[in-house]
Amino acid sequence: MDLPDDRGRYGVYGGRFSPEVLMPALEELERSFRKFVKDKEFQRDLAYYLKEFAGRPTPLYYAKNLSQKLNGAKIYLKREDLVHGGAHKLNNTLGQALLAKRMGKTRVIAETGAGQHGVATAIAAATLDLKCEVYMGTEDTVRQKLNVFRMNLMDARVIPVDSGSKTLKDATNEAMRDWISNIDNTYYLIGSVMGPHPYPLIVREFQKIIGQEAKKQILEKEGKLPDAVMACVGGGSNAIGIFHEFLEDKKVELFGVEAGGKGIETGEHGAALCAGTNGVLHGMYSKLLQDRYGQIKVSYSISAGLDYPGVGPELSYLAGEGRITPVSITDDEALDAFKILSKTEGIMPALESAHAVAQAMKTAPEMKKDETIIINLSGRGDKDVFTVAEALGVNL
Amino acid sequence: MKLKEKFSELKKKKQGALIGFVTAGDPTPKDTQDIAEAMIRGGIDILELGLPFSDPVADGPVIQKAGERALKAGMNPDIFFEIAGKINGVPKAVLTYYNIVLQRGLDKFCYDCVKTDIDGIVIPDLPIEEAAPLLKACKKHGICLICLAAPTTTESRLGKILKEADGFLYVVSVAGVTGARKELSAQVTPLVKRIKQKSGDLPLAVGFGISKPEHVKEVIDAGADGAIVGSAFVKIIEENLGDKTKLLNRLEDYARELKSATLK
Repeated sequence: MDLPDDRGRYGVYGGRFSPEVLMPALEELERSFRKFVKDKEFQRDLAYYLKEFAGRPTPLYYAKNLSQKLNGAKIYLKREDLVHGGAHKLNNTLGQALLAKRMGKTRVIAETGAGQHGVATAIAAATLDLKCEVYMGTEDTVRQKLNVFRMNLMDARVIPVDSGSKTLKDATNEAMRDWISNIDNTYYLIGSVMGPHPYPLIVREFQKIIGQEAKKQILEKEGKLPDAVMACVGGGSNAIGIFHEFLEDKKVELFGVEAGGKGIETGEHGAALCAGTNGVLHGMYSKLLQDRYGQIKVSYSISAGLDYPGVGPELSYLAGEGRITPVSITDDEALDAFKILSKTEGIMPALESAHAVAQAMKTAPEMKKDETIIINLSGRGDKDVFTVAEALGVNL
Repeated sequence: MKLKEKFSELKKKKQGALIGFVTAGDPTPKDTQDIAEAMIRGGIDILELGLPFSDPVADGPVIQKAGERALKAGMNPDIFFEIAGKINGVPKAVLTYYNIVLQRGLDKFCYDCVKTDIDGIVIPDLPIEEAAPLLKACKKHGICLICLAAPTTTESRLGKILKEADGFLYVVSVAGVTGARKELSAQVTPLVKRIKQKSGDLPLAVGFGISKPEHVKEVIDAGADGAIVGSAFVKIIEENLGDKTKLLNRLEDYARELKSATLK
């Protein structure tokens, strides 16, 4: 059966746990989405922007040096880091910004953690002439000040959020409050496969192009499907984006790589699939990091994009069904992978994507040489050089 | 006393209901009983106690901060029900977010409400489409699930909501979050009139942005059966954190002022 069902459920997960004020807007959004996604003109516009503006299709690159070094499976990189803006996020923001235009909205708002979704929203809003305001935790505005400046340069206003843990979770709360208050002219452009129905569906629809391209490309290069696909998981948009096309290919093992932070056992991590329990946050029923009373815990990761105490409902469902394998990678392992990919291939991965690279470094040596792995290299690492320098004790 | 009895009693007296909200545990759990009793002395007809959640998306800054203070002071659902059980004199409702109810267990949460004489549950992030499991538990225990309607609520949604609503209908005055506003939205009177045509005997209480006696009067005049005041009370707590005597006096006085505006 095609998921989600008509209540927005993926098995028990998902749904629409929103204040009544937003419910009619979510219903309208779902109607518009279902209408335009089938509309030829909409599809033509989106295809145009993805090709001419975002730079799609992205290459599937054989990482020969890394593969030789690990002496196991052949490793391919799906180069989403080469999408305009430096991450896969633009696939979704272009799709949703075009939808917002079609719906007659003049203003888009977004939440952002690492700033990648905020930047991608600012880019899409600038090119499509929409007013753009981005909510970002004050903690993150410090960690990712380059992205704040990039957004400002593209005429987006960044609104610092000083409540709660001052990170992505609280930026999301604040963006929802804004939407509640400005529902007439505002489109809330969610950046991941999370939130109330239909957002997990909408974001999947606009990100599934990653897997569609990757499947075609690997069949051209190898003449067979990959044995494993690896993607980092914060909310899960790049993971769903590359996994979706392979879900029915049961022999392809799908690894969802979460932020292990300082180690799952320390409690300082962002691994909701590996260590979370079921609950409701941000409009969805999913795996969450929470205490026994249901208070949401503060997550932790060196990578701001994975620093979120929840995960998209479809990933919770797929993990429960055993279709994806949730694993976690610590800060230190991700940093190592960041250095190794930079050295061996001349490609600096985003710290988020470095988690997927690190998992491949663990798995590839145990695989045969004619087996293949695709890593979704979801973003580039330029934004992270200050964080990496600090972690390595280098004074820039 | 039950919510329904209170509303019919007030109707006979030709009064609207003043429903007073504070976050339980703010500033500390040991203050909540005194605070509630001061408001009851001042004349609130129904007490709505907030059980704080870490991520309250429907709340503005004043109630968010109250929740943060309470959680920092160690507030949790176990302590909440202990405190709630000690407050008497008016019907009580609890306002919290769905995850808190879910983690306690729907049945256990309702059972705890019965034990502590809480008659109604308000959950701002539980729309009618997702409410079936909790409705079932509420019916089993004889607790009212207080549903919300907003200015954006369509006629077809209103029909679904009214079918299940119990105790009273919580009418959200404005498309926005909780918090005091200088003026009431011009939408309030037409909204109350629109809902009134369909709501039959179910009492309507208007909340969000009601902070002054003239607001209370306006919603009662529009035909509502009650007015819900939250952030204005919580703001008094925030402004008097250092002086409990003054805090309690001001809460009592303000409740009295607001209550006088409910007389028809």
